[in-house]
Amino acid sequence: MNKEAIIEFQNFSFQYHSQAEPTLHDINLKIYPGEKILIVGPSGSGKSTIGYCLNGLIPFAYKGEIKGNLSIKGMETRKKNIFELSKMVGTVLQDSDGQFVGLTVGEDIAFALENDNISNPVMHERVKSVAQMVDMDTLLTSSPFELSGGQKQRTSLAGVMIDDVDILLFDEPLANLDPATGKTAIEIIDDIHKNSGKTIVIIEHRLEDVLHRDIDRIIVINDGRIIADLGADELVSSLILKENGIREPLYVTALKYAGVIVNKEMHPGHITTLRTDLCKEALKTWQKTIIVEDNKEIRPSILKMENISFSYDGIRPILENITFNLNEGEMVSIVGKNGAGKSTLSKLLCGFEKEDQGTIMYCGKDIRDKTIKERAEIIGVVMQNPNQMISKAMIYDEIALGLRLRNITEDQIAERVEKVLKVCGLAPFKEWPISALSYGQKKRVTIASILVLDPKILILDEPTAGQDFRHYTEIMKFLMEINKLGVTVILITHDMHLMLEYTPRAIVLTDGKMIADTLASVVLTDSKVIEEANLKETSLFNLAHLAGIENGTEFVQGFIDYETGLRNL
Amino acid sequence: MNLKMKLFSYNQVNTPIHRLSGFTKLLCFLLLTFAVMFSYDIRVILGVMAFSFLILKISKIKFSQIRLMVIYVLIFLVTNAIISFFFSQEQGVSIYGTRHEFANLFGHIKLTWEQLFYQVTKFFKYASVVPLGMIFLLTTNPSEFASSINGVGVNFKAAFAVALTLRYFPDIQMDYHDISQAQQARGLDLSHKAKFFDRFKNALMIIIPLIFSSLDRIELISNAMDLRGFGKSKTRTWYTSKKLTRLDFLAIVVSILIFIITIYISTFINHSRFYNPFI
Repeated sequence: MNKEAIIEFQNFSFQYHSQAEPTLHDINLKIYPGEKILIVGPSGSGKSTIGYCLNGLIPFAYKGEIKGNLSIKGMETRKKNIFELSKMVGTVLQDSDGQFVGLTVGEDIAFALENDNISNPVMHERVKSVAQMVDMDTLLTSSPFELSGGQKQRTSLAGVMIDDVDILLFDEPLANLDPATGKTAIEIIDDIHKNSGKTIVIIEHRLEDVLHRDIDRIIVINDGRIIADLGADELVSSLILKENGIREPLYVTALKYAGVIVNKEMHPGHITTLRTDLCKEALKTWQKTIIVEDNKEIRPSILKMENISFSYDGIRPILENITFNLNEGEMVSIVGKNGAGKSTLSKLLCGFEKEDQGTIMYCGKDIRDKTIKERAEIIGVVMQNPNQMISKAMIYDEIALGLRLRNITEDQIAERVEKVLKVCGLAPFKEWPISALSYGQKKRVTIASILVLDPKILILDEPTAGQDFRHYTEIMKFLMEINKLGVTVILITHDMHLMLEYTPRAIVLTDGKMIADTLASVVLTDSKVIEEANLKETSLFNLAHLAGIENGTEFVQGFIDYETGLRNL
Repeated sequence: MNLKMKLFSYNQVNTPIHRLSGFTKLLCFLLLTFAVMFSYDIRVILGVMAFSFLILKISKIKFSQIRLMVIYVLIFLVTNAIISFFFSQEQGVSIYGTRHEFANLFGHIKLTWEQLFYQVTKFFKYASVVPLGMIFLLTTNPSEFASSINGVGVNFKAAFAVALTLRYFPDIQMDYHDISQAQQARGLDLSHKAKFFDRFKNALMIIIPLIFSSLDRIELISNAMDLRGFGKSKTRTWYTSKKLTRLDFLAIVVSILIFIITIYISTFINHSRFYNPFI
């Protein structure tokens, strides 16, 4: 390409004032006008820092030392302030709820114009036309509480597009979105790219989901350095992803299991471009070799919900006629779109809210009369954001809290805390302050603080949200271990990988109704359930289909069984 | 949850009062409040009160929306009346210059018509501000309110802070609710059974996580605002600001008239801020 680069990093390094080591080392990167670039990397790799450098939050909000140069549209960014940069680079942040500054959609989209002193009539006209581009023009007077996650994200997108910026920067656009909405988000970004020719930079660690549509180049970052700068086909067929803790697409994993040597010529970057004619036979042969270990012993029922209905206001039902049974030692997922009633279900189980109808049975006994505190000794709940639970400065105190509130003697507390610290792999940090821990470690502390009460059932709300592949695997392995110790685990999640790989069974909620309670492999291959619950079919199913394997569900189940087999080796 | 949130906040109904601009409503509110605060003439006060009840009716505010506030204000006013009576039982006498005793409370405390009249006037004076305030709060879009106070010279950052608080209040409320439930599950006792010091310690168990999760929120929101140019120039325009219409001018004229009449009655008819029926 002989065009002038629109973004150019030259020997660029950055060190936060609060850090001992530089976060970015000697970055050299050119991005050309109209390109669509994906930046991937594990947590702490520096990929978000690159985003902050582009939009000016560095050095405007986050101070530090910059070495080398970064120029955007030929201008040195060091000489620009954040406001000038915001006219060239529009940023959509990952939390589309938190960045919603207006009281209505219209106001939020207009925010940048308000700050530019644009007159009121002009503003209304421009808001309307930009809202049309993202299909939000009929919702201009809605408040953020009335919108879905996807609608909030569209609003944020309109809010940055209104400035007619040349570069759009998306910081983890898929976080907090349900699978179907995430897929749509990638499609919207792609459409905007095609229609406007803007330069697009996406920062995301969920590679497979972004590769739903075309990407020009993928930049892999780790430890503050650029590891690779490749096209999707080359990257997916290399070892780079594995070495850098980024999850490869699931269909690629399946190919590798089947003994296929994945190379660039197979075009494995996207499932749609994959040359299945080259791997068909291998897949079919592999499927036949999978041995299912059938050692399902029937355990007694631990939790039963019967005809549960609930409504906050007595008018709009949140849950209707929910009935299911969990056996001791099971691990299940509860999935469904935002607002389907998943969190309400867990609130009913914990006794935070009272069901209007139906019964909840624990080991065959009705638990209607148990208080929140008493239920906590049977059913523990771990919230999504660990900051919402932690109230002590020291790890030991935080974990001991629930026991201290139950007036247990310090000797016994010490014993139980020690034990839990060991189980959770936190023993070496016993004397540490919580503030010194990473996000993933904090999450463990919150799980430990619930486990110490010795609940028989553990409910986790999005246990792996915001975690990269390595931390995700760590947390899930840890939960599997707890599960093996006999704790029944319920996961509330949007993550289809998680559901497929770790929970044999899934309960699907839509608009307060239970539409499926079956094997995860069946849920993720049933197009009706997928559509109703805003899920996304797994690429394994697509792979089976493209390879001419008739029973896709069986293929997916085979993959799960194979992986379980590998884990148990 | 949603219902609760709507309870004491702006709700969108299409009435002439809702259609008025925030600026007009602020101005009228100030004029009418000043009028009743200035005057101690019960005829004027009751007049303004009747007028504000009429407006309350026009703006379709239901009693259920304001019940809680009304109860609080009544409790406050009654307490205030009793306390001020015991602090100065002869205030009315010294204002109106006559003394008509009509009852003996207890001991040497006597009730005079003057005192009763003075306190009733004062009661209605404060009470009449309440419907005015309710109308203003419940019919004004918070962002539009921000734009109107910015319009009358308040710094736009301060004005925006008002709107932003209202935007995030329900979020923080929800966080509080969630955190409190999770901590109760760990064994936190929020009931009155706990001792005072324990209750204080227990409150910290909710407040500390609330502060930390709110700090996350604040960092995010301030980044989002910086990235979209908040504060780059000394002024800003507002998406929600409304042009003044004929209705606005009408409202302002009516309020000014009421204001002038109040002043006129005080200066030329009563020759004092007080209306004296005793001479």
